[in-house]
Amino acid sequence: MTAPVIGVLALQGDVREHLAALRAQGAEPVPVRRPEELAAVDGLVVPGGESTTMVKLADRFGLLEPLRAAVRRGLPAYGSCAGMILLADRVLDAPADQQTIGGLDVTVRRNAFGRQIDSFESRVELAGVPGGPLHAVFIRAPWVEQAGPAVEVLGRVVGGPADGKIVAVRQGRLVATSFHPELTGDTRVHALFVDLVRAARDADPDGADLGADDGGTQP
Amino acid sequence: MGRPAPATREAVHPVAQQSEQSSATPTTGTDRVKRGMAEQLKGGVIMDVVTPEQAKIAEDAGAVAVMALERVPADIRAQGGIARMSDPDMIEGIIGAVSIPVMAKARIGHFVEAQVLQALGVDYIDESEVLTPADEAHHIAKSGFTVPFVCGATDLGEALRRISEGAAMIRSKGEAGTGNVVEATRHMRSIRAGIKALGTLDETELFVAAKELRAPVDLVREVARLGKLPVVLFTAGGIATPADAAMMMQLGAEGVFVGSGIFKSGDPALRAAAIVQATTFSDDPDVIAKVSRGLGEPMVGINVSTLPDSERYATRGW
Repeated sequence: MTAPVIGVLALQGDVREHLAALRAQGAEPVPVRRPEELAAVDGLVVPGGESTTMVKLADRFGLLEPLRAAVRRGLPAYGSCAGMILLADRVLDAPADQQTIGGLDVTVRRNAFGRQIDSFESRVELAGVPGGPLHAVFIRAPWVEQAGPAVEVLGRVVGGPADGKIVAVRQGRLVATSFHPELTGDTRVHALFVDLVRAARDADPDGADLGADDGGTQP
Repeated sequence: MGRPAPATREAVHPVAQQSEQSSATPTTGTDRVKRGMAEQLKGGVIMDVVTPEQAKIAEDAGAVAVMALERVPADIRAQGGIARMSDPDMIEGIIGAVSIPVMAKARIGHFVEAQVLQALGVDYIDESEVLTPADEAHHIAKSGFTVPFVCGATDLGEALRRISEGAAMIRSKGEAGTGNVVEATRHMRSIRAGIKALGTLDETELFVAAKELRAPVDLVREVARLGKLPVVLFTAGGIATPADAAMMMQLGAEGVFVGSGIFKSGDPALRAAAIVQATTFSDDPDVIAKVSRGLGEPMVGINVSTLPDSERYATRGW
């Protein structure tokens, strides 16, 4: 079985760290900035960064609609921090015209924990991730304010002023975390996502072209 | 960042093992949180703004953060006088106007301006040579702050001295307010050459290198091992066009600060968006050509070689 090809949306953000974590878990990681690059992947990571910047660049370079179409067709995707915001259907505390890729039936609040001086590290238990709690790094992080019935809550903050807030979710082939596992060297969340991509590829006879646009309308 | 990822899923997880670092209760102001914030800005453009209106234009153009200051460097040069931290009212106005991170400048060595900026809730402090230095011998002891700092550097030794004081992000100094990229080029090449040179040295030679760089040997060893700084490296100083930004990225910058180059140009919104796009596609000349068209007048530049030493900002700090 060949390694799954997993793209990392490379418009802005901590792309390099996700590429390294995916490689460590046996995937073949590739940066994605163009529709034809998206068309060649089995799964996609939306990294940490500035969600407003990423979505504007995706829109200007004709990538936003192909991203939405790919997620609708069942392309597995994992978003960390800004990536969680971009995979959410609804966003609070964002500029009025902020668009997202969407797909996760959740309402996410941007910068929910506060400003950078409130950014923190903490332990988080994650359902489906063996080996004990993760050491999680939250940087101007969002949280999930409300999750639809099809959304599985994987983890919540323990202790502190934000005790109990939802910070990790899964819905079908979409996974999102408020925190940045790519910054810690602990690649268990990436392992979970690589397994999910392998399972999705095995389930779809067409395999590798979930990122591809049906109509071949790439610019 | 920092620790290498385990090679296989069965390998031990270095972070999970270090339970003393993994507090059950949330901890703020750690090195990882400070440096990690800069990691999120990579591939992006941070724009100097002096009003909430300019901050909004920058956010709409796709800036990853804005830098609040009293006057842009070109005006500081033209008007002279002492350049200081911005008015707190203006900083709060800018924080209220945008959802992206807000940085602000403090004078070199002015630890009380830094305390005030932290109290105002800015997301990053630039201890900046563009403002008039407040201390001729000491930079701010940055490790003790919860808010992270970015500092300028002209070469590797200066970058490592700032990191040892607690800087969580480094930028080239360039020569701000000139619209002339030549000094930023010199600093990026110098930092890059310094890092490459360390990679060729053995353990014994690294002690001498640390002495010559006037930097702690532990940091020198770390750079030799990583082949890069242990914090994010941006470029700054004189960037005025999309091609300037792309050139700096190709020279190894992980992102770009643009000061006077945007709001001293003919069409700030258009130029700001063009520089953002050229930074993301810095390796694609077709994109850079496309976004460079029809931008209107760039800022009027200054030939750095005609500047007297007393008006050079890059020589401030040590």
